[in-house]
Amino acid sequence: MAVIVERARWVLHPLNAVLLAGALALFLGALLSDIVYFRSYEIQWNNFSSWLLAGGLVVGAFAFLAAIIELFRNRWRVWPALAYALLVLATWILGLIDELVHAKDAWATMPAGLVLSVIVVVLACAALWIAFAGMRAGDVP
Amino acid sequence: MNRLHPSATIALMALLAGCSGGGAAPEQYGANPQLPAQQRGLLPSMTIAKPAAWGDRLPTVPPGYTIKAIATHLRIPRQTLVLPNGDILVAEGRGGSAPKLKPKDIVAGYIKAKGTSSAKGGNRLTLLRDADGDGTYEMKTVFAEHLNAPYGLALIGDTLYVADQDALVKFPYTTGQTRASGAPVKITDLPSAINHHWTKSLAAGTDGRYLYVGIGSNSNITERGITAEVERARIWQVDAQTGMHRTYATGLRNPTALAIQPGTGALWAVVNERDELGPDLVPDYLTSVREGGFYGWPYSYWGQHIDPRVRPQDPEKVAAAIAPDYSLGSHVAALGVAFSSPAMGAEFADGVFIGEHGSWNRSSPVGYKVVFVPFRDGHPAGNPIDFVTGFRGDDGMTRGRPVGVTVDPRGALIVADDLSNTLWRVTPTASSATMAPATPVATSRAAPASTAGETRR
Repeated sequence: MAVIVERARWVLHPLNAVLLAGALALFLGALLSDIVYFRSYEIQWNNFSSWLLAGGLVVGAFAFLAAIIELFRNRWRVWPALAYALLVLATWILGLIDELVHAKDAWATMPAGLVLSVIVVVLACAALWIAFAGMRAGDVP
Repeated sequence: MNRLHPSATIALMALLAGCSGGGAAPEQYGANPQLPAQQRGLLPSMTIAKPAAWGDRLPTVPPGYTIKAIATHLRIPRQTLVLPNGDILVAEGRGGSAPKLKPKDIVAGYIKAKGTSSAKGGNRLTLLRDADGDGTYEMKTVFAEHLNAPYGLALIGDTLYVADQDALVKFPYTTGQTRASGAPVKITDLPSAINHHWTKSLAAGTDGRYLYVGIGSNSNITERGITAEVERARIWQVDAQTGMHRTYATGLRNPTALAIQPGTGALWAVVNERDELGPDLVPDYLTSVREGGFYGWPYSYWGQHIDPRVRPQDPEKVAAAIAPDYSLGSHVAALGVAFSSPAMGAEFADGVFIGEHGSWNRSSPVGYKVVFVPFRDGHPAGNPIDFVTGFRGDDGMTRGRPVGVTVDPRGALIVADDLSNTLWRVTPTASSATMAPATPVATSRAAPASTAGETRR
């Protein structure tokens, strides 16, 4: 019996969307805080970034877990699901490195921390793009 | 995923650990230490002491010297003061309540706490007495309690001064007294907001009028914001009568112990420098303290070496920064200093003893001992000589961590150990005492001032 892979019909389970959107909001917050610290030298923004990244990593870990489950649900045959999982993983790993950079003291976090925060947000956005590129208005996830 | 080439793996690990390979550490003693390039991997290099009990072991002292525990089961002994009649006062406590600002602080705090005593700080002064002079301190009694993390101690005439973590207080004292006559009287508040580096070191000037208080910074390197550093990282000169103070010197990151040099009356300090710039940066130091001098923190270290972690920078302050007198080596964590006396034996007669609590921010540990820095003509001359070692055993276990050191003019070095909560006493044995026949053993010249971490004169 032939297995029909419905590429166009592949839509992410909503749990993935919620988790990744949560992580994205936290990583985006970290990026904004980094920008303010970079411009103001006001140390509290640096602390905010560090916590926002930590939150992004916690939620992001669950997002990656959900992405793996999604892969199993699709029996590893749907390439967007695989690309999605890899992008979530890349987001998380870069986010971890970003968090370690943010564990340095004061200006030692800059500019590497800011650059990494940009990359993390771009990766998270790319994951979302892949996940929902196949979705059309009227689709029921 | 792709396989990592072994060399790539090693490079990655070196990056993570801050590239602190097992290479020989640069020579970092004296006035011109080698200062390598700054480095900091993704994870700071850390080796935390693994505490163990002393059992039958003792710290190691040079031939001709004997070491003995004169008090155990103390509650975090830090600094000591030898009183005119030979009684010893011990300040016990644990201070600091700096809030954790980043996830890093929670992780690092948990890891670093493993290398310290789990005992509760005493917040008290304990008095030890050896009435018959046999070297056994048979009396151990609480002199004063309900203090707030007492650290620095000094005696001027009939007044005992104690530097709590938030205030300078005094007690009346008469020779032979074993219990404070009442509650302490506050002379002045000390900077205590946040209190990242909470220890307040203390020394009494020879004129008996001024006290010097060492106040540590509120961060490693301004990571709590520059506004948290108001009145921090400096030494105050306090009028003992009125409590009025003025700033004596600045830019000293954490002046953990102060001492007045016999003869000259000059103020000396040991200072703990900044972390997270690599295993061989920045050297902790011993220095005479110039009135009005600026010693670099936070903008620069060892003179004009700029610390890029501080923003905004201040080129004018960097240009004005004084290089300290004598490097003790990076991360040794000097917490005690005391000028020696001829009663300590000929080899150790002229110089200072320094208690080194030991490193954490370094893969191969340093410190964890008491060293002697020899002096000639009033200045450090030569490399430090190990005086008390064995706190960190060959088995990798740490049995003690030296803090305050005090010279008893009768011929003994008192070492506070805040890991095993022990007070150690090192004495020249009879044969080596004869090597210094001019030693005025058991005589006590009239002393206007007596100070923790300092020889009485």
